[in-house]
Amino acid sequence: HCVFQPPPAKYGGQHTVTLIPGDGIGPELLNHVREVFRFSCVPVDFEVVNVNSSRADEDDINNAITAIRRNGVALKGNIETNHTMPPSFKSRNNLMRTSLDLYANMMHCQSLPGVQTRHKNIDIIIIRENTEGEYSSLEHESVSGVVESLKIITRLNSLRIADYAFRLAREKGRRRVTAVHKANIMKLGDGLFLQCCREVASGYPDITFDSMIVDNTTMQLVCKPQQFDVMVMPNLYGNVVSNVCAGLVGGPGLVPGANYGRDYAMFETATRNTGKSIANKNIANPTAMLLASCLLLDHLKLHEYATTIRNAILTTMNETRLHTPDIGGQGTTSEVVQSIMNIIQKTGPRTVAYY
Amino acid sequence: MAVASLRRSVLSLNRTLRGSWCQAPDLRPVCVSACQRTPERSSVHARNTFKVTMVPGDGVGPELMRAVREVFKAADVPVEFEEIHISEVHNMASEEKLDQLFTSVRNNGVAIKGKINNPMAYKGDLASYEMKLRRKLDLFANVVHVTSLPGYSTRHNSLDLVIIREQTEGEYSSLEHESVKGVIESLKIITREKSHRIAKFAFDYATKKGRSKVTAVHKANIMKLGDGLFLQSCAEVAKLYPKIKFENIIIDNCCMQLVRNPYQFDVLVMPNLYGNIIDNLAAGLVGGAGVVPGESYSDEYAVFETGARHPFAQAVGRNIANPTAMLLSAANMLRHLNLDYHSNMVSEAVKRVIKQGKVRTKDLGGYCTTEDFVRAVVNNLGHQSVY
Repeated sequence: HCVFQPPPAKYGGQHTVTLIPGDGIGPELLNHVREVFRFSCVPVDFEVVNVNSSRADEDDINNAITAIRRNGVALKGNIETNHTMPPSFKSRNNLMRTSLDLYANMMHCQSLPGVQTRHKNIDIIIIRENTEGEYSSLEHESVSGVVESLKIITRLNSLRIADYAFRLAREKGRRRVTAVHKANIMKLGDGLFLQCCREVASGYPDITFDSMIVDNTTMQLVCKPQQFDVMVMPNLYGNVVSNVCAGLVGGPGLVPGANYGRDYAMFETATRNTGKSIANKNIANPTAMLLASCLLLDHLKLHEYATTIRNAILTTMNETRLHTPDIGGQGTTSEVVQSIMNIIQKTGPRTVAYY
Repeated sequence: MAVASLRRSVLSLNRTLRGSWCQAPDLRPVCVSACQRTPERSSVHARNTFKVTMVPGDGVGPELMRAVREVFKAADVPVEFEEIHISEVHNMASEEKLDQLFTSVRNNGVAIKGKINNPMAYKGDLASYEMKLRRKLDLFANVVHVTSLPGYSTRHNSLDLVIIREQTEGEYSSLEHESVKGVIESLKIITREKSHRIAKFAFDYATKKGRSKVTAVHKANIMKLGDGLFLQSCAEVAKLYPKIKFENIIIDNCCMQLVRNPYQFDVLVMPNLYGNIIDNLAAGLVGGAGVVPGESYSDEYAVFETGARHPFAQAVGRNIANPTAMLLSAANMLRHLNLDYHSNMVSEAVKRVIKQGKVRTKDLGGYCTTEDFVRAVVNNLGHQSVY
């Protein structure tokens, strides 16, 4: 445990960011991110930390966590969790989120005009509590054949996530925050969550607050998703709802996600897929990871670079219609990345010419 | 901010050119560099020139800068220099020039400079221009990478060590006073915040370059509180880097070990004055002040210069200074600007000339002039030049 908060790792205008390749499509997509950054002369150096998901000891992941504590910011691919391992083996991704106290997961789902979907004009921000709830990893078998899994809801964390949701809504000029829960069944647990949200809502009179039970929420999402604005919810409902919304706007390859804590930030794809079946086949969609890297640049206050890359990605998506197979196109990952780099060269301030 | 203004000016220039010549912008490169008009070359996009502040300084600084310009021109490096002439000696001190320099470095982000000499006599200001520059731009870290040059053998060969020096506080605080006549007090300032900062810089540097050990150099047995605080801060930061070994050594023992067995050191981190001494000592081990490049970093800016900062006033006009240090520093600057191809080209050429051993300046035991050396470097560049 470090005793002090180290100063940010920025020297000579260059930021240092921890990069965790992960498994499946993670390494190849993060290589593309590095390529695009280098091409656009983005002042970010990546410190690559590999985490081997098949090892049972925690050295690798502790190394990665220390690296993020040093640099303050990270960009990661998903680390696979083997279901056959014993229960003492915690999910590496979960371990990172809880150790660094990255309590808020933010995901912004927006319909893209160039992608063919059944629903149009979706614009939802989902804020999900990232550290407690059903993901507390507290389970035991008190009687043979009977397993108890503990879902933990605390007042402190619920207040914290509600406060984050309302602050974000105010910052982005949103009108409505919806809390998603199942307090009719879990009267004390989700009841506490709902009560904390109501308390925080009273401090933000300009923003409407309402609540909706999770089963109704998912049905409304597939019928009329345009009614939602900002949604806040505990961990498991957040997982379900964010995957539903990602599916509504076009799939897991399109939406970036960000995990924020008080001191650290970690950026990844929103639905955290490993993508083992499409790994190294050059068909993965790089959009989600590249948009996540734009969120990273915004966090580092490098807004100009972020806008340039984001515009290039959206232009490729919407105008040139160069799509990978997951959204119905024929292009390969490298073609899409090359198209993005060409657009950056035409519109951006400065690029490195290749020889 | 600077990037946006450059882009705006280039875009407007592009628009007017396009209007008058009716050609696609890709075919006709927009020449924004101040040097003579160059013929069209398809491999260089002039839209991508980087702007760098250049401060020739005093002594042989201007000659070395001329060498850098010649080599850059021959290598088609897309860098445009903004020259600021500033000097403090011979009654040329001027506050406006200093402000101009600050603005220039703030806009460009990168600078290359020679040594600005400090007048020995006390003229009313305890802080010299160089110290003011470092403080204003907060260039807190000075990095000198001391490597043996292949082909030039010294008493210690295959040396590879990095010296990181805190540059803004310590003994160079410019706080001195005479409270009682004939008794002067000079204050050495050590703060926890700056010690943490330089220690973190040293460990981050070691991590980035794959180094295994960081040694803190101090005199905490005598300055128990001052250097003690420095040492404690380094130890605190070391906890975040479990893979890097942290040691400490007292400055007197360090100097002796450097001349007996310098291979035991990897990365050294230290406060200001010790850094000055160790920089020069280590430079002497591999060939002198003419061969070691150095750089200074703040959060935002990077300034490239020689490792051992001497104006070498005796050599002015005699064409005997060794431009190696300045050329290697310029190559480091190109790497910082993300121009790896050009950076490697320049540094390979310099190293090739030294390895061949035919063209050597006086300080390395040869008889050639600065111009001969530069010409040899230009001939050894691997680039296809139009000239």
